[in-house]
Amino acid sequence: MGEFALILRYVRNCLRAQMLYPTAFMIRLVTQFTVTIVEFGGLWALFARFGHVRGWTFPEIALFYGVVSTAFSLVDMSTRGFDMFGPQFVKTGDFDRVLLRPRPATTQLVGFEFGFTSIGRLAQGLVAVVVAIALLDIDWTAAKVALLLWSVAGGAALFAGILILQATLAFWTVESLEIVNAITYGGVEAAQYPLDIYASWFRKFLIYVVPLGCVVYFPVAAVLGRSDMTGMGAWFGTVSPLAGFAFLALAFFAWGRGIGHYTSTGS
Amino acid sequence: MSTLALPYLAILRARFVLMLQYRAAAFAGFVTQCWWGVIKVMVLAAFYAGHPHQPITLAQAITYTWLGQGLLGLLPWNADPEISEAVESGNIAYERLRPVDTHSLWFARAIAQKAGGTALRILPMFIAAAVVLPLIGLGEWSWRMPATADAAALFAVSITLALLLSSAFVVLLNVAVTALKTRRAANIAATLVNPLSGMIIPLALAPTWAQGFLFWQPFAGLVDIPYRIYFGNLAGAAALEGIAAQVLWVALFMLAGRWWLADVWARVDTQGS
Repeated sequence: MGEFALILRYVRNCLRAQMLYPTAFMIRLVTQFTVTIVEFGGLWALFARFGHVRGWTFPEIALFYGVVSTAFSLVDMSTRGFDMFGPQFVKTGDFDRVLLRPRPATTQLVGFEFGFTSIGRLAQGLVAVVVAIALLDIDWTAAKVALLLWSVAGGAALFAGILILQATLAFWTVESLEIVNAITYGGVEAAQYPLDIYASWFRKFLIYVVPLGCVVYFPVAAVLGRSDMTGMGAWFGTVSPLAGFAFLALAFFAWGRGIGHYTSTGS
Repeated sequence: MSTLALPYLAILRARFVLMLQYRAAAFAGFVTQCWWGVIKVMVLAAFYAGHPHQPITLAQAITYTWLGQGLLGLLPWNADPEISEAVESGNIAYERLRPVDTHSLWFARAIAQKAGGTALRILPMFIAAAVVLPLIGLGEWSWRMPATADAAALFAVSITLALLLSSAFVVLLNVAVTALKTRRAANIAATLVNPLSGMIIPLALAPTWAQGFLFWQPFAGLVDIPYRIYFGNLAGAAALEGIAAQVLWVALFMLAGRWWLADVWARVDTQGS
């Protein structure tokens, strides 16, 4: 069985397990949708009062928000094994068993659990994108649609990289580092606005350290035809999401070093 | 009277000490909250840059943000996790058997949890946002002092009421979890608390037509009312009105919790092995 077929089987098993309690499942899903859509409502309320933020309008921000939220929800759904890596695998010594099986550790960690309730956040992200598209007067071309999808892909790669780095750190700290939440959830919060509203040190952080700006800001600004705000040409938005994949590659490299360093903690 | 209160005071003290022990988690929480605070402050500053004339000033909205980060632990997002577990394991029967008034016991536990979790976080947050920020030249982004001495005194009353309101709501969630036999019963809390308390955006910045409702609904008393008293946006009669709204909702939550718990305890059946 190939890796992909194996992951599909993991997905099916996990879905079956979660659907044993269908009501609880639906409640969690609906709650996540409500909580996140209410945040989107808060954004609308701010625009109802202020009109715009440094020249950006509500539908434009909704597109940034929708893209980053969609990218994050896709990753959040499939990386529970990395998120819980410290307490669930390193602390217990269970990672030994993972290493013994003749399959890549990453496949098994992805298959550890699927957070289907993140479909709630995914739905919110898609609602934001639909609202943006409905309110904006964009001349859609195949290139623009592709750029938007490319941005989501880059964002997903970046968030996956962050979660893999979090798991890698657990090789040394054993505990799960919840501080990483500041970068994942905080990143979703920060990247829903265009970078030019932030102070320059923060903008640099979001371009060079955790390149959320590269995966969302530049390409979405290009789709919106507002690349003039970014200080870079529209072409830059087509290549900048690569930074997300570069970050993911670095994270995998660190992960490999982490596995090399692992000497088991089990009792 | 004093002997009657003893068990509740004992649980209050024990819980408070327990909460103070989660230092590592508190540090992680602190860094995260600073980070969130900085993002929110920058976003608010950007919005205000174009339209500075709003029901509350930018400096007030920033102080609101820092107060919100420092007092995050006060918010009733969930039922008491130990009660939820007891419901799912069947150990809730022990709660029924204790020779004390369950509502008061749960109320005392909730107060200690909320106060303990907050006491740890408020001081470092205050030092970071009110002392360090001005020192490094970011005074515009800092947490300001209360508007007046009166505002400070009224804030002390109002934030205490916020603690009681939050704890009374937690007990209500505990009862809901016990009655419906699933911790998911408390999931509704975050959906209500986040937007209606003012944690997502200060309620004063919500649309004008919604202001009357937003002021008198129960969750404004957790965040919006005490904070507006702090920076003098609610002063004099308006501040007293806000405090009256808090007292009203504490009383209603307590009554509802007692009434519902009595009903649940009268015919509780437990699950678990």
